[in-house]
Amino acid sequence: MDIEKHKPTSDKGFFENLKPVTIPFEEGILQTLKAGDLISLTGVLFTGRDQTHRRLVALLDEGRDLPVNLQGQLLYYVGPSPAKEGQVIGAAGPTTSYRMDAYTPRLLELGLKGTLGKGSRSMPVREAMIKHGAVYFATVGGAGALLSKSIIKSELVAFEDAGPEALFRFEVENFPAVVINDLEGNDYYEMVTAERLGVKYEKTI
Amino acid sequence: MKTVQSSEITAAVKKLAMSASCDLEPDILDAILAARDREKSPLAKNALDMLVTNANIASREQIPVCQDTGIGVVFVSIGQEVFVEGNLEEAIQEGIRAGYADGFLRKSVCDPVTRKNTGTNVPAVIHLEMVPGNMLRIGFLPKGCGSENMSGLVMLPPSAGIPGVEEYVVQKVKDAGSNPCPPVVVGVGLGGTFEKAALLAKRSLMRPLGNPNPDPGVAEIEERILQRINREGQGVMGWGGVNTAMAVHMETYPTHIASLPVAVNIQCHAHRHKEIEL
Ligand code: SF4
Repeated sequence: MDIEKHKPTSDKGFFENLKPVTIPFEEGILQTLKAGDLISLTGVLFTGRDQTHRRLVALLDEGRDLPVNLQGQLLYYVGPSPAKEGQVIGAAGPTTSYRMDAYTPRLLELGLKGTLGKGSRSMPVREAMIKHGAVYFATVGGAGALLSKSIIKSELVAFEDAGPEALFRFEVENFPAVVINDLEGNDYYEMVTAERLGVKYEKTI
Repeated sequence: MKTVQSSEITAAVKKLAMSASCDLEPDILDAILAARDREKSPLAKNALDMLVTNANIASREQIPVCQDTGIGVVFVSIGQEVFVEGNLEEAIQEGIRAGYADGFLRKSVCDPVTRKNTGTNVPAVIHLEMVPGNMLRIGFLPKGCGSENMSGLVMLPPSAGIPGVEEYVVQKVKDAGSNPCPPVVVGVGLGGTFEKAALLAKRSLMRPLGNPNPDPGVAEIEERILQRINREGQGVMGWGGVNTAMAVHMETYPTHIASLPVAVNIQCHAHRHKEIEL
């Protein structure tokens, strides 16, 4: 590949002028985040996708404890590719969030404060986020090799037999994201649509 | 008659699987660069920049471009004068299995009923086609399902005509929103029957970007749909701008007088496709 020709216009690109956010979330920080804000996440998060959610909710249905305490946490929708010798993790970009919509309100009830993926969320999830004071972020889909560089530690927590759908604990540093749904019910995708149509943005919720 | 050993096929498919996941082809890289140069929205431009950096890191360090290394779709064109020593289908599946294991690629294939992961990324979906000659051509398209899930098929009444076809394709991409990781490549199959249209749409994704359909009438439709999609302005990742799609590929086939099947197969910017000849 011709690396010179494909040089990015800026070495940092997305990583400039981002608002730093530590996770798990500190008291009061979520109120300061607005839809469309570019943020950079540093700290600890948990991962989960389709089967992870199915199993978590099955445990709740059986009245059993979850393998992690989700209180105040951020859940990243990702199924990483396996790490090679010497790597923290393989590629680890976001997966499409709507597939988790059926399960998300249950987890928000437990005190989960944020989710991170790509694509828009259903109305019931958006309502549940407002009710429980939670936010939703998106990051760049299909940039899993680059995003893996912001993951400095990875640890398997539960559901090992689910392969890429296991639950991991990641330590991340300067992980870039965009605020899609804030505490006030704004939706960044809808704001983009309003701007394109040249109409005033009105909240749909 | 030319003889090809099944072990050669396994080795070739393994290599295809590993390199397709980490090294994007020049056509898609050029399309992403062209999109970046066109882009006005700062956030979308940044995201496109990230994709360029991502492709560089993936190729340099042999990390998959995207963690979703897909379910394998394999197009085999086998010359009538080719004799395969051994089992062709097993040889291909074995190549996929080995490539996904040794390449540290994600195993994303599961049973549709139990949802249990097969753990090997096999079986791949194989499309066999007999062609004249003595070549064996294998095309590999690992398909991520963020984009695959946004695909669709409709059996339009012939009265809907080309305007109806265009409307359906544009609406499909619009409904997909940011789910399939735009900027996307849109594969369209027009005509044939229910299953033929879907296969045409998938196969159109193997056509290198920058090559319109050789039929000028169809090429015109491709261009018109592309312009309309990009006027919708969802843009890269749904964050605005002028790059929702990088290309529209349409393949056609004669259809029944009562029918107008249209299939739309959406492909993401992590458009991994590779082909070899044995
Ligand atoms: S849609 Fe494509 S780029 Fe996006 S996560 Fe899936 S495979 Fe990767």
